Amino acid sequence: MPIETGPLLLTLKLASVTTVILLLVGTPLAWWLAHTPRRAKSVVEAATALPLVLPPTVLGFYLLIFFSPDSPLGAAWLRVTGTALTFSFQGLVVASVIYSLPFTVQPLQATFEAIGRAPLEAAAVIGASPLDRFLTVASPMALRGYLTATVLSFAHTIGEFGVVLMVGGNIPGQTRVVSIAVFENVETLDYAQAHALSAVLLVFSFAVLLAVYSINRFFPVRLR
Amino acid sequence: MAVLSLDIALQLPAFRLRVEHVFAPAGLTAIFGPSGSGKSTLLRVIAGLEPGATGRVVFGSDTWQDHRGFVPPHRRGIGYVFQDARLFPHLSVAGNLAYAEKRARRAGRQPDRAQVVAALGLGGLMGRRTAGLSGGETQRVAMARALLSDPRLLLMDEPLAALDEASKAEILPCIERIRDEVGIPIVYVSHAVAEVARLADNVVMLRAGAITRSGAAAEILSDPDLAAALGVRAMGSVLSASVVAQHPDGLTELVSEGQTLFLPTIGAAVGAPLRVRIAAQDVILSRDRPQGLSALNILEGTLIELHMGRGPGVIAKLLVGREALLARITHRSAEALGLKVGMRCYAVAKSVSVAQADVGMLRAP
Repeated sequence: MPIETGPLLLTLKLASVTTVILLLVGTPLAWWLAHTPRRAKSVVEAATALPLVLPPTVLGFYLLIFFSPDSPLGAAWLRVTGTALTFSFQGLVVASVIYSLPFTVQPLQATFEAIGRAPLEAAAVIGASPLDRFLTVASPMALRGYLTATVLSFAHTIGEFGVVLMVGGNIPGQTRVVSIAVFENVETLDYAQAHALSAVLLVFSFAVLLAVYSINRFFPVRLR
Repeated sequence: MAVLSLDIALQLPAFRLRVEHVFAPAGLTAIFGPSGSGKSTLLRVIAGLEPGATGRVVFGSDTWQDHRGFVPPHRRGIGYVFQDARLFPHLSVAGNLAYAEKRARRAGRQPDRAQVVAALGLGGLMGRRTAGLSGGETQRVAMARALLSDPRLLLMDEPLAALDEASKAEILPCIERIRDEVGIPIVYVSHAVAEVARLADNVVMLRAGAITRSGAAAEILSDPDLAAALGVRAMGSVLSASVVAQHPDGLTELVSEGQTLFLPTIGAAVGAPLRVRIAAQDVILSRDRPQGLSALNILEGTLIELHMGRGPGVIAKLLVGREALLARITHRSAEALGLKVGMRCYAVAKSVSVAQADVGMLRAP
């Protein structure tokens, strides 16, 4: 029986692209949350954590509304890129970024808070600029946090189902990720295909997590 | 030589830090005061680490802070030694030093790395991880790192406070070398009188966020009016002396104001100028030159002040040549001796009571 590779590759692509974007977006956000004295911090923290609490269908429903070409966001996206956000890979990426945001921001924020200001001040009085301090002191010290954030974001995006169903549907090569494919295989009683896809995902996920936790033991800088 | 001058204010939880001072252009100035008096915060204001501070900070021709602008810490060209060292845990000892060298103000002009490593005895530590260093080693690396960034001003925040006595004894000579050889002004925060007496040229006394006294170290530390602030046990005087001879019986002969002192062997050459500290409570007073006494150090002087405290103690201030010597005696003894200002007196200090750790090298003027 040939295994359906399309959903597997699409899932990997979605998780990879989402994770890269999340690290780029999540780092400054987590940095700001870790260091700001402003009261707005709580509001932003709460908003960031929303995807942890909301049922994926509720989040997916709102995203569907905002992504629709009838809404200002959906319309603008359509004008600029030529494709609609709904039922497209791009829309899935945007939705995944929002959905997995807390899994990037929370570990990074915790790491930055654990590092604290002390090493950054030490670098400042030596002559390191703010960017220099971030790149040469905070980032290397935060490597474990980055590893955790990367793995959690990647894994959480792979495990996504409800939001994809709401905003992406089931378009092969565009939005038909493994979780959707397995769901459909079960619905159509194609248990053999469901078994194959599920087993691949199970083994892959375990292998990634095992590798990460093994590497984690050997990291040089331990905080707390 | 660039002069650091401050006129700053910063609201702290317990009080308002309000300091106006022009620092000496060279040598080591100690900011001295009890814990929680705002000393460390003042140092952070000088470094630019307290953005909430208002007022002016000027160093030489550079205005670091005033109502128009604020130079961030990384552009001030300072070195800062933190109480907790703050070495970078992800870098080795060599990596920490290289980090500072790469960011030195002017490449090539900073003290040579080999010199600093040798002066602070770091040769064997270079490849080590920072986590495995002892407290004394950690602070020596921190000082080397600060020096290698080629600072114009060195700020030190109680670098000895977290160390045991053995480590302190290891670090103090390093700080003296930096003070005497690097030639940049140092602002040194401490609440330990012995450290201040040994290291400081000038002292700024801070209490609850305000300067209570400032001036030359010898003058401030032998001022009986400051007994309460310094703590009675910490009272003492600092005398200038020079080495006359090294005796084979384990004593070093010094001369101070024409009078002879004996100390347990000091590693200094004949003729070397020294600073000797004598704690007030280690001094006994006598009206006549004592005879048949085991003590070796007897100084003749004139009683110039008598300070009666509320307790049983009296602080007597003697003028020995041009230097002041303090003695802490009881009320009862003062009355029994009939001490009066203007009287000739003999001060007896047991040679063993002049501790090695309280002896510092005076640099040639």
